[in-house]
Amino acid sequence: MLEIKNLHASAEGTEILHGINLSVGKGEVHAIMGPNGSGKSTLAQVLAGHPGFEVTQGSVTYEGQDLLEMDPEERARAGLFMAFQYPVEIRGITNAYFLRSAVNAIRKTQGLPEYDPIDFLDVLAQKLRTIGWDDSLMSRAVNEGFSGGEKKRNEILQMAVLEPKLAVLDETDSGLDIDALKTVADAVNKLRGPERSMVVVTHYQRLLNYIVPDYVHVLADGRIVRSGGKELALELEDKGYDWLREPAVAR
Amino acid sequence: MTAVAPQTRRAEDAVAQLVADYEAFAANGAAGAPPWVQELRAGAIRQFAEAGFPSTKDEEWRFTSVEPITRTRFAVASATVSAAVRRAVEEVAIGESGERLVAVYVNGRFVSELSSLALPTGVTIGSLAAAAEGDVARQHLGRLADPSANPFTALNTAFVLDGAFVHVGRNVAVDRAIQLVFVSLAGSEPTVSHPRNLYLFDDGAQASIIEQFVGIGDGPYWTNAVTETVLGENAVVDAYRVQREHDNAFHTATSQSRQGRSSVYTSVTFAFGSRLTRYDLNATLDGEGAECTINGLSVLRDEQHVDFHTTLEHAKPHCPSWEVFNGVYDDRSRGVFSGRIIVRPGAQRTDSKQTNNNLLLSEDARADSQPQLEIYADDVKCTHGATLGPIDPKAMFYLRSRGLDEEAARNLLTFGFGAEILNSVSVEELRTQLDGIVHARLDESARKRSS
Ligand SMILES: Nc1ncnc2c1ncn2[C@@H]1O[C@H](COP(=O)(O)OP(=O)(O)O)[C@@H](O)[C@H]1O
Ligand SMILES: [Mg+2]
Repeated sequence: MLEIKNLHASAEGTEILHGINLSVGKGEVHAIMGPNGSGKSTLAQVLAGHPGFEVTQGSVTYEGQDLLEMDPEERARAGLFMAFQYPVEIRGITNAYFLRSAVNAIRKTQGLPEYDPIDFLDVLAQKLRTIGWDDSLMSRAVNEGFSGGEKKRNEILQMAVLEPKLAVLDETDSGLDIDALKTVADAVNKLRGPERSMVVVTHYQRLLNYIVPDYVHVLADGRIVRSGGKELALELEDKGYDWLREPAVAR
Repeated sequence: MTAVAPQTRRAEDAVAQLVADYEAFAANGAAGAPPWVQELRAGAIRQFAEAGFPSTKDEEWRFTSVEPITRTRFAVASATVSAAVRRAVEEVAIGESGERLVAVYVNGRFVSELSSLALPTGVTIGSLAAAAEGDVARQHLGRLADPSANPFTALNTAFVLDGAFVHVGRNVAVDRAIQLVFVSLAGSEPTVSHPRNLYLFDDGAQASIIEQFVGIGDGPYWTNAVTETVLGENAVVDAYRVQREHDNAFHTATSQSRQGRSSVYTSVTFAFGSRLTRYDLNATLDGEGAECTINGLSVLRDEQHVDFHTTLEHAKPHCPSWEVFNGVYDDRSRGVFSGRIIVRPGAQRTDSKQTNNNLLLSEDARADSQPQLEIYADDVKCTHGATLGPIDPKAMFYLRSRGLDEEAARNLLTFGFGAEILNSVSVEELRTQLDGIVHARLDESARKRSS
C-alpha cells in the first residue's frame, strides 16, 4: 500500500526528516509516536504533498505509483487523506458546500456523475449515520469559529465522506477532552476496514487505548528509532521518550 | 507643488459652477417646493460653497481623490423614460409583477408609471417631493444627514428635489421587500442627479428595503445620493444596497440611520460598479438595547475605486454591533475601508465587533483598511481585525489535499469572501441575484488569469 524508503525532507533549507523507512500494508493501522518537534507533522505533510517541504532523498511508493511525483489533489483523488493537526478556516464556504466540491472533484476524475446539492444531502446523511454524528457542523463555514474539538471532528467527518484508502491522522487527539476523544476514536474505528490503511500520528499514548494499532513506531529527531507492536506504546507511557532518544545522540 | 495648483483651480471652478447651477435651479422649477425646503437648500449651498470639495489632505479623504469628479462639468439631469429604463428595472426587480412593491426613480425623480405599488395598509412608498408637502417628511428631512460633515451631503441637500419616501406605520410588518430602483441615464453630456431618500419606520414596524443603483448608457454620469433612515422603538429593518452603476459612473452617497430603543437594523451593502465610489454609512444606536449589523462587499476590477466609510456611533448602553466588510480586488482596482466606532460617554456594555478582509487577486490591486476606535465609556468591548493579501497558501493546500485542483481551490476561496457577506442577505431572491453577479465577476477574473 505505502512504502517509504530512506525519506529525507527539508524546509527552508533545514533537513527535518533524516531517512524514514516505513511500510504500511493494506488494512493495517500504524501509530507514529514521538515528542514535539520530532518531525511527525512534517512526515504527514510530505505524504500529502505540501509544497513547503522539499524531498531531498528517498522514495515513497503508494499503490505502485511514485507518490512524490503527484500533485496534492492527485494524491487525494488516488485515495490518500491527511487529517490536519491544525485544520484551516475557509471563510464563507459551508462545510456541506466544501464537502460536495471535494467529492465532486474526485468523482469527476473517476468518470462518475457529480452530485447536485439535493442528492449530496442524502449522501451526507448516510455518512453521518455511519459514524453516528449529527449534521450540526454542516451549515457552518469550514472550521470558522470551531472549537478545537469541532475542528478535529470535522477532519474525521471529511475522512468519512471522502472514503480514503490510506488515512494519515495527524494528532487528531490533541486538545480533546476524554469525551471528545472517545467520540473521535469511535468514529475512526467505525471507518476501519480491510480496505483502509491508517497512519495515526500522536503525541500521547492515550489515543491508542481507543484506536488499537497493529504497529507502533517511534519518531525522534527525524528518524524512526524503534518499531514494535501495540505494547511499545505502553512502554513509552511508562518510560517517556528520552530513553529512546539517547542512542541517537550518542551515535 | 506646481502640479497641484491647476487642479485646485479646477476644483474651485467646479464649486463655482455648481453654485451657479444651484442659483439657476433655485430660481427656476425648484421654486415650487415648500419654503422650509427652499431654506434647507439655501443653507446647504452656503455650506458647500464654503467647504468646497474635499482633497486627499483631509484625513477622511486620504485614500480617495475626487479629482475625476471636479474635472468634469456635470449638468443637472432631467428624467426621461425609455424602453431601456424599463428593461433595466425588469433586470433588477424581484418577485411577481402585480404583487411586488417596486418604486422607480429616474435621475432621482420618482416615476409612477414604472412603479408597481399596491400598498398595504399603513405603508407609504413613493415620491419625496410629494411627501414634502406633508408634516411627517418635514419633521425628519435633513435632521440626520449633516451637510457640514460632508460636502457631498451638502450638495445633495442644496439640490433636494425628489427621491424615495418610505413610511411604515406603527406595528406594521411589510410581508414583501420594498424595492427602490434608482436609474441614472447617461446623456449626450455628463449629468448629475441627487436622489434624496427618507425612510421612516415607526415603533414596532418591520420591513426589508432594497436599494438598487443602476445606470444606462455609456457616457459618464454622477449619482450623488443621500438616505436618512429612522427606526422607532422595536422596529426591525433589513436594508440592502446594491451599487451596480456602469463603468463610467461616479457614485457618492451618504446613509445616516438612527435607531430607537431595542430596534434591530441590518445593513448589507454591495459595490460592483462605477469608476469611483465613495459611500459613507453612518449608523447611530440611539436607544438602549438597539442592535446594528453593517456588512459590505466590494468586488472590483480594472481601475475601479470604492471607498466605503462607516461610522458606528454607540450613544446608549447595552447595544451590540457587528460589522464585516470584505473586498475582492482584481486588476488595478482599489478598495478602501474605514471603520470608525464611537462609544459615547455612558454607552456602557457596548459590544462591538468589526472585521475587514481584503483579497487581492492581482499584484496591482490595492486595499487600505482604517479602523478608528473612539471610546469614551469604560465598560465596553470593542474588537476589530483586518486581513489583506493574496489567497492564503495554507487554505490553498488544505483544499488541494481534499481533491480540488488549483483553479477550483482558488475559485472557492475567492467566492468565500463574497459568500460570507451574501449569506447575510435574507431575501432569498435577492441573494440568488447577487450570487449570480459575484460568480460572473469571479469567473471573468479566473478566465483572464488562465488565458
Ligand atoms: N515549514 C517549516 N519551516 C521550517 N522548519 C519547520 C517547518 N515545519 C516544521 N519545521 C521544524 O521541523 C521540526 C519538526 O516539526 P514537526 O514536523 O511539526 O514536528 P511534530 O509534528 O513532531 O511536533 C521542528 O523543529 C520544526 O520547527
Ligand atoms: Mg505535529
